[in-house]
Amino acid sequence: MSTQVVSAGAARRRERRFALFTLLLGAAVPLLFLRGATGGIATFVLNDARGERFLLPDLVIPVDLTLVLLSAAIVAVGVLQLVRPVGRRAPLAVGAAGGLFVVAVLVWATTGASVSLVALLRGALFASVPIAFGAMAGVLSERAGVINIAIEGQFLAGAFTAAVVASVLGSAWFGLLGGIAAGALIGVMLAGLTIRFQADQIVSGVVLIVLATGVTSFLTSQLLASNTAWNSPVRFIAAPLPLLSDLPLIGSIVFRQTFLVYLMIVMVIVLQFALFRTRWGLRLRSVGEHPAAADTVGIDVLRTRYRAVVLGGMLAGIGGSWFTLEAASQFSKEMTGGRGFIALAAMLVGRYSPVGAMSAALLFGFADSLATTLQRLPVPLPSTLLRATPYVITLLVVAGLVGRLRVPAADGKPYVKQ
Amino acid sequence: MRLELKGVTKRFPGVVANDAIDLTVEAGEVHGLLGENGAGKSTLMNILYGLYRADEGQVLIDGQQVHFSDPGDAIAAGIGMVHQHFMLVPVFTVAENILLGKEPIDRFRRFDRRAAHEEVERLAETFGLPVDPSAVVEDLPVGLQQRVEILKALSRDARLLILDEPTAVLTPQEADGLFASIRGFQAAGRSVIFISHKLREHRDIADRITVLRRGRAVGTVDATAAEPQELAQLMVGRPVDLVVDRSPARPSEPVLTVEGLEVLAADGQRLVDSVDLTVHRGEILAIAGVEGNGQTPLVEAITGLLPIGGGRVLLGEEDLTGRSRKEILRSGVGHIPEDRTMHGLVGSFSVADNLVLNLWDDERFAARRTRRFDEVRSHARRVVKDFDVRTPSIATPASSLSGGNQQKVIVAREFDRPIRVLVAAQPTRGVDVGSIEYIHRQLVAKRDAGVGVLLVSSELDEVIALADRVAVMFRGRLIGPFPTPVAKEALGLMMAGVPAEEAMRGLAA
Ligand SMILES: Nc1ncnc2c1ncn2[C@@H]1O[C@H](COP(=O)(O)OP(=O)(O)OP(=O)(O)O)[C@@H](O)[C@H]1O
Ligand SMILES: [Mg+2]
Repeated sequence: MSTQVVSAGAARRRERRFALFTLLLGAAVPLLFLRGATGGIATFVLNDARGERFLLPDLVIPVDLTLVLLSAAIVAVGVLQLVRPVGRRAPLAVGAAGGLFVVAVLVWATTGASVSLVALLRGALFASVPIAFGAMAGVLSERAGVINIAIEGQFLAGAFTAAVVASVLGSAWFGLLGGIAAGALIGVMLAGLTIRFQADQIVSGVVLIVLATGVTSFLTSQLLASNTAWNSPVRFIAAPLPLLSDLPLIGSIVFRQTFLVYLMIVMVIVLQFALFRTRWGLRLRSVGEHPAAADTVGIDVLRTRYRAVVLGGMLAGIGGSWFTLEAASQFSKEMTGGRGFIALAAMLVGRYSPVGAMSAALLFGFADSLATTLQRLPVPLPSTLLRATPYVITLLVVAGLVGRLRVPAADGKPYVKQ
Repeated sequence: MRLELKGVTKRFPGVVANDAIDLTVEAGEVHGLLGENGAGKSTLMNILYGLYRADEGQVLIDGQQVHFSDPGDAIAAGIGMVHQHFMLVPVFTVAENILLGKEPIDRFRRFDRRAAHEEVERLAETFGLPVDPSAVVEDLPVGLQQRVEILKALSRDARLLILDEPTAVLTPQEADGLFASIRGFQAAGRSVIFISHKLREHRDIADRITVLRRGRAVGTVDATAAEPQELAQLMVGRPVDLVVDRSPARPSEPVLTVEGLEVLAADGQRLVDSVDLTVHRGEILAIAGVEGNGQTPLVEAITGLLPIGGGRVLLGEEDLTGRSRKEILRSGVGHIPEDRTMHGLVGSFSVADNLVLNLWDDERFAARRTRRFDEVRSHARRVVKDFDVRTPSIATPASSLSGGNQQKVIVAREFDRPIRVLVAAQPTRGVDVGSIEYIHRQLVAKRDAGVGVLLVSSELDEVIALADRVAVMFRGRLIGPFPTPVAKEALGLMMAGVPAEEAMRGLAA
């Protein structure tokens, strides 16, 4: 039985630490941000720049008062944690406090300026695309019992191939297919190494990342540098959905996006359903939890794993295509910037479920977008520091949440028959 | 179906697990398979089920030769198997586990939960094995998990059912229930291969018994005619004492004292509820009880595997409460854990390393933190010989030993170092009669040498054979201890929750 036994003291101490952290955050807000100069205001734009059917008035708020209120709210969360233990939901409380703190930073940075909330949130959704696809790739393969840390390599291969194919054939759609194929190819290699030859899964993943980085960098300098026609992909353009894009706020944020954003939302729902409701998903998870049990009821463990890894590679390939078909106008060396690893973090934080992974991806996307927004504001913070935000957030979130994770029982273990 | 195995041979590195085995199971027969630990019973069954590939030999079903390349083929041919180690996905529900591989789906290719639950309920009713289809398997006690395994095998419409030590984790009542299902199954003209180390069970349920010894089939006998003594001898190759001789205990001062011990689950439930007990030097205090009544957390709290929620544990005068596992073991507590793969052994380590797992930095085996491999090896060679551990070599990884031999490695490790108290949880689970005899004798010898023994067992015969005093654990509380002898029936009643006085009185009347 899996009855979890704890010493009551340890849990209580942990909660007290959380509460203390929250209180510190609350105190930090006035100490760091209150400028004393009363009358500062911040303006948040709630409309898209492009003409909308319904216009919302701008949100104009007094900075100091808002900061005081936010600080009070954070402190209240901390006090609540101290007097009435929230148990398992302690991380949630800390998360809420952290969220309020971020709002405080934003309000403070916007003093005397104006920020488009629409652009900020739309950017967040857009930036979460590769992370969500990469995380889904991880979920698929690890739910079947194969650790896939090669996502970064699949991104690079996908981005490169998508760029070249979309340039040569002059179609973003073919580019996407190319990206998917490249991701799948790395998936096949990973599956071959880890399933067929039972190589160490972490080492195989690292090798494939190195391989993809090397090959794409080499080809970029040897081939694309002198041949710009091969590196000017036709890209997906923003495609507002009819009617839906006219909804106030939501319409501008969610429904004036590019194709891959819509695809991400659809894929998350499909994959969540497929993994947890269908026969296919049940079998896939059984292989990742207890392969011998799956084998004894006639499920082909190795084939199931193979397929999951390759399918995951295809998803990661889509994530890779985003870099050159939507985000940037061409492929450049190592342009994925470690997002494949952030995708792994999103998978863990999302507890190996597609919906969870996407929620985590949104968080990272938000950090990305916030960093971009803050860089444009007259904030006395170095821009390198701002650019590090997504990674800092990754660290904090992973450190705070991963301890209580339930990993698929056979994750990373090769299945050997006698 | 009529099954014939002819000349089946399987070799593993260093051992011939099956050596030209012939075996015939008639339609409608319950065929017992008996043999020491490591005799090759599970291997033979895994070959029959398509999990292992035989090196030589043939399998014939109703006179036709068959080839199974994976379990799917065996299932299709009508063979079902309940494995010695559960083949259940712990995080799945009962229904998902039973129907895995043949799931009902609706028109959206969705796993059809309702149809699945109906199917499981129908099966449960047909075979008289009630289960809750929506329960998650890891939350179920082992007895119920076993039932799920059996239903899983039956649901595939097996005509030959292999049961590999199905009773090792069952209470006597559950075992009786299982036997009733087996008889029903047999009455429908189906065959069963039944593996157990308990001779009595073979005599109860089997028609014929085949005995394996060191990979060979050494004889097939009629179950009704077979005497336990004779079976044991056939199996071990020498006469075996099935009853332990022991002189009355001569207990002296208390050596292990537990006062008001509590263990709490994460949700605040009391797994162990203010338990007091005292073990004296030179006595065996046995705790009987149906599994899942708090024996496991009690043992784990005493031996430092679980945090103590309240109360004290004393070794002699020394307070062990809150000490680390290592300190507790080094201060003279021996522990035979009930779950050998989880707590007792490191499967990928060699037998030799496992034998010094809690002594590796002891000065006998390490000089200034550098290990003395020669000492470790010579120690292993001696212990393997003394305790008759069947292993191809001392360098073999523990995980490839048969279940019973894994248990012997643990017993040997704990018995071979100086201890004042021995906490033994289910020490003979899955162990053959020869080794049971050995382990029991060793327990009594430790007692006579002045060690205090705390024995936790769900096997009533074992409790009765060994206990100087006996207590029963029920829902986290300890009833007793009582001086022995206590009637087996009275213990049975207390295990089911009948208050002590009533249980004893009920028998007197
Ligand atoms: N996967 C394996 N690799 C190597 N050796 C193995 C493997 N499985 C079993 N063996 C060896 O084969 C022999 C037979 O083991 P098996 O598990 O069939 O015994 P058993 O009769 O079922 O014993 P028990 O009663 O303890 O379950 C043992 O010597 C064991 O060490
Ligand atoms: Mg066995």
